[in-house]
Amino acid sequence: MSIRLNSGGRRIDRDRVLRYRFNGRDMAGFAGDTLASALLGAGQTLMGRSFKYHRPRGVVASGPEEPNALMGVGEGARFEPNQRAPATPLHEGLVAVSQNHWPSLERDVGAVNTALARFLPAGFYYKTFTWPRAFWKHVYEPFIRRSAGLGRPPEEADADRYEHFNIRTDVVVIGGGIAGLTAARLAAEAGLEVLLIEQDTIWGGRAPVDGVEIDGNPAQAWVDDTVAALAAMPNVRLRLGTMAAGIYDHGYLLAYERVADRPDSSGAPRHRLWRVRARRIVTATGAIERPLSFACNDVPGVMLAGAVRDYLVDYGVSPGDRTVIVTNNDDAYRTAIALHRAGLSVPAIVDARPEIAGALPEEARQLGLTILPGTGIAKVKGGRQVTGVALCQQGGDGAVTQEIACDAVAMSGGWSPVVHLWSHCGGKLIWDAEQAHFRPDPDRAPTGADGRGFVVTAGAASGALRADAALSDAAAAADRVLTALDQTAGDASPPRADVPSEAPLAPVWMMPQRAGADLRAKMWLDFQNDVKVSDVRLAAQEGFTSVEHAKRYTTLGMATDQGKLSNINGLAVLADARGDAIPQVGTTTFRPPYVPISMGSIAGEARGDLFQPIRRTPLHDWHEGQGARWEPVGQWRRPYTYLREGEGVKDAVNREILNTRSNVGLLDASTLGKIVVKGPDAGRFLDMLYTNMMSTLKVGRCRYGLMCSENGFLMDDGVVARLSEDTFLCHTTTGGADRIHAHMEEWLQTEWWTWKVWIANLTEHYAQIAVVGPKARTLLERLGGMDLSRDALPFMGWADGTLGGLPVRVYRISFSGELSYEIAVPAGQGRALWDRLLSEGADLGVMPYGTEALHVMRAEKGFIMIGDETDGTVIPQDLGLDWAISKKKDDYLGKRAQARPHMTDPDRWTLVGLETESGAVLPEGAYAVAEGTNANGQRRTQGRVTSTYYSPTLDRGIAMGLVWRGPERLGEVLTFPKVDGTPVRARIVSPVFYDPKGEKQDV
Amino acid sequence: MLILTCPYCGVAADETELAPGGEAHLTREGPGSDDDAFAGYLFHRENPKGVHFERWRHAMGCGKWFHAARCTVTLEVFGTYAAQVTEPPRAIRDAVSARRPGWRWRDLT
Ligand SMILES: [Zn+2]
Repeated sequence: MSIRLNSGGRRIDRDRVLRYRFNGRDMAGFAGDTLASALLGAGQTLMGRSFKYHRPRGVVASGPEEPNALMGVGEGARFEPNQRAPATPLHEGLVAVSQNHWPSLERDVGAVNTALARFLPAGFYYKTFTWPRAFWKHVYEPFIRRSAGLGRPPEEADADRYEHFNIRTDVVVIGGGIAGLTAARLAAEAGLEVLLIEQDTIWGGRAPVDGVEIDGNPAQAWVDDTVAALAAMPNVRLRLGTMAAGIYDHGYLLAYERVADRPDSSGAPRHRLWRVRARRIVTATGAIERPLSFACNDVPGVMLAGAVRDYLVDYGVSPGDRTVIVTNNDDAYRTAIALHRAGLSVPAIVDARPEIAGALPEEARQLGLTILPGTGIAKVKGGRQVTGVALCQQGGDGAVTQEIACDAVAMSGGWSPVVHLWSHCGGKLIWDAEQAHFRPDPDRAPTGADGRGFVVTAGAASGALRADAALSDAAAAADRVLTALDQTAGDASPPRADVPSEAPLAPVWMMPQRAGADLRAKMWLDFQNDVKVSDVRLAAQEGFTSVEHAKRYTTLGMATDQGKLSNINGLAVLADARGDAIPQVGTTTFRPPYVPISMGSIAGEARGDLFQPIRRTPLHDWHEGQGARWEPVGQWRRPYTYLREGEGVKDAVNREILNTRSNVGLLDASTLGKIVVKGPDAGRFLDMLYTNMMSTLKVGRCRYGLMCSENGFLMDDGVVARLSEDTFLCHTTTGGADRIHAHMEEWLQTEWWTWKVWIANLTEHYAQIAVVGPKARTLLERLGGMDLSRDALPFMGWADGTLGGLPVRVYRISFSGELSYEIAVPAGQGRALWDRLLSEGADLGVMPYGTEALHVMRAEKGFIMIGDETDGTVIPQDLGLDWAISKKKDDYLGKRAQARPHMTDPDRWTLVGLETESGAVLPEGAYAVAEGTNANGQRRTQGRVTSTYYSPTLDRGIAMGLVWRGPERLGEVLTFPKVDGTPVRARIVSPVFYDPKGEKQDV
Repeated sequence: MLILTCPYCGVAADETELAPGGEAHLTREGPGSDDDAFAGYLFHRENPKGVHFERWRHAMGCGKWFHAARCTVTLEVFGTYAAQVTEPPRAIRDAVSARRPGWRWRDLT
């Protein structure tokens, strides 16, 4: 059982006890502990259940690469799933729960999956759950849903705040171990601006744990001095608890700072996302130890040798009283020696290498430790806890030579550089056969805008695993950065480390080498995703021989692992199954983030009111005060209708329509796009942009215009007014203003750049109010100031003047079929005009109306709506708008495309009105069915509904739709099945349901 | 996230400030063009592994369209230049040649 020793632990303060809860139990640890070290110290080796088989699992690693000990941390609005216990600093009051079990960690019914393991092989999702079909709903789907996903999501809205931080700097150094500190120091001494970040909460990396001496002093002293020197430099920023999540194009880096992961830190953001632009990035990200693949290597108590050393030296925690070491390299002997010196028992060092010669094994031998060369572990014994190991010849098939009782196993399969960040943006790797790992190829770095590499690796991240090599590699990395940035070196001289020499490792991808199927089915490659040696071999056997395919088929290296622990071992097994060498198999793609980051940090401040800014018209506040139900239109909010006390939405809409048709209604039309196009060539320019002829429009007049893309499809519509000989005002749809402005600029700047035209988007400069209905003129005349008679301002004319003393431009245009004036007024005076209209019109029945009334009234008139009748595949000719397409023009955007054969096909669906036989309202988007079925066995269709409403004016349902050869088929009855299959019959009619002669708008 | 320097305002702009506009130097085909030429203009695009010429707009900045010559593999930027040209200017083509001798894009070299 794991225990806290009576002494030791350089990171903990035994005088400060921290209370926390784990699975509802009160626990205690020390300041400086991580959740993992505190639990181990309390004898809690069982920390979770595995994903697929729900096998008992303990902590394996001592850093964020931990695959097993994933916890839900926090409560309620501060709950976060999948937190890695070794990377979660303990704090007073921390609450943690383990995952993947029910009803409890100790008694878990899902563990029955283990018994079913042979039915859950690689690709089991694809195989098992296909047939019989009826099993989906009641058997397979509930099973998959319950077992899919790690942890559970928080249920309350996040209580914390998060922020983004943007920064530019010369150099970012990622990793605050001795290599990173060295590179940062040398770059800073040369005068460069340096940001040094470290994911851990202390500086120094592994060197202090491993007893390295630098320049004749213990590593810790050198680290302290170096950090102090860096902190004193004005051109250096230092950040602990900050993890580089991803490297992107042109020196862009995202880093994740855990500022305040404790609930009592008032004011500070919980996490901060650093968005960094660096001229050069140094990745001094170290290396991660590899597990060894032997049977039952996942039993709690089996840990990485380096992690065992970390828990011992850093936290005074021993994973067991008797720890067997199993290794293929010299580094693991450091763990044996450290355990022995701490007074703990190391019954044997099981070394797969037949010859053992290094300085560290020699030291172990002199301490009296037993070394078993050429030996491997045949099988770990124990269920929830290691009870012993059965040993065998590494070169054999697993015949047991002896058994040793122990309660922990420290394994080391060698170390792999952390190449993730290097690889994110295209850095390439080379296979280092001597150290049996992939390492960055310095000649194929990710390249920046200047075409040169912008990422440099330093230390173990380069493959320079030993401290002495790591320091000289870091100095070389700093040199490369200085050269690239034309900087001369400062005074500081690179440090030197003193470490014993090490003999080469022997690659061991399976233990024992000739293990049979029984053993292979118990060798875990990926602890988190429950992928075993047998799974990868099966994937290869079934044809998933590409590394990317095998990954997806088996889920190897997915989820938070992302190839940290499982990668090389899995590749080696795949290579062996394929009969290839490892470099021929290659690696899977490394993708950001390196370690999961919080969703909150990605959102930053963009939540609530700041998620998307709302655009408000000058009348927004008035609407809000009048019971407006909002409809989002682009970033605007428009009143859908104004609800009165006790009134339903439909009733309100009908009231607004009937009142407008019989009295007078007011619409806030301020959101309509208003784009001024000005210059000697403005008319010529608009002739190219609109299907109509705009250059012939008379000053003082308005014309409805259609705008198409070069594909011929209708993209926007609106009324154009000619303000002067060289000035036009183009109205666009509410959602289209910015897009149409950009469209105009694009064509002006990139195609017709010699034309003398200026374009300005004045949408927000004006409030615009539509005064609509038979009493509209009466109302406006009461305000006084302009002659608005039919003769003075005819239909489709505009005039400048004053109304009630306010400067206005009045357009006589109508989107409802009624007598209608749209009045533009400087935005700041919009509310004044609106208030005057309401007070002057009280006895006329003046009443505001919303967008739904607007929509119904335009549909009653058969006017199209961009986005209803159009969907990006509809041309104006489909909508019977040929009258708005100039026949005289040689060219306009979309003209050539509209001549393509399928655009002129008489079989296209074209616009008609639809009237149900019963008077009911057709369902939105319903399709009209035709005889027979298509090639896919689906019912043929011959049309669809594009707009459908209840018309209070006509007291029945009205609709518009696109129908095959529609206008030729007036009077025919079509059948529209509803979602439940019941048919609705509707007759093809003219789309103009109301005032077909257009008399009412022209009075 | 790319950085491109807007040739109008001189700002080295993050990609979030820019709007992409696809392939540069297309010749517009209008009414009267044959179907193949028109389809070529509307739909057919280069998909080079290497030197490419693109349109970008400094949408969240000065609003101007410009061109960029860059490598789609290494993301090296050879230069940016005004939109009001029908082919890359000599200086840009020389800058590409200096870094990618023997390059070819459509019929440009
Ligand atoms: Zn610009």
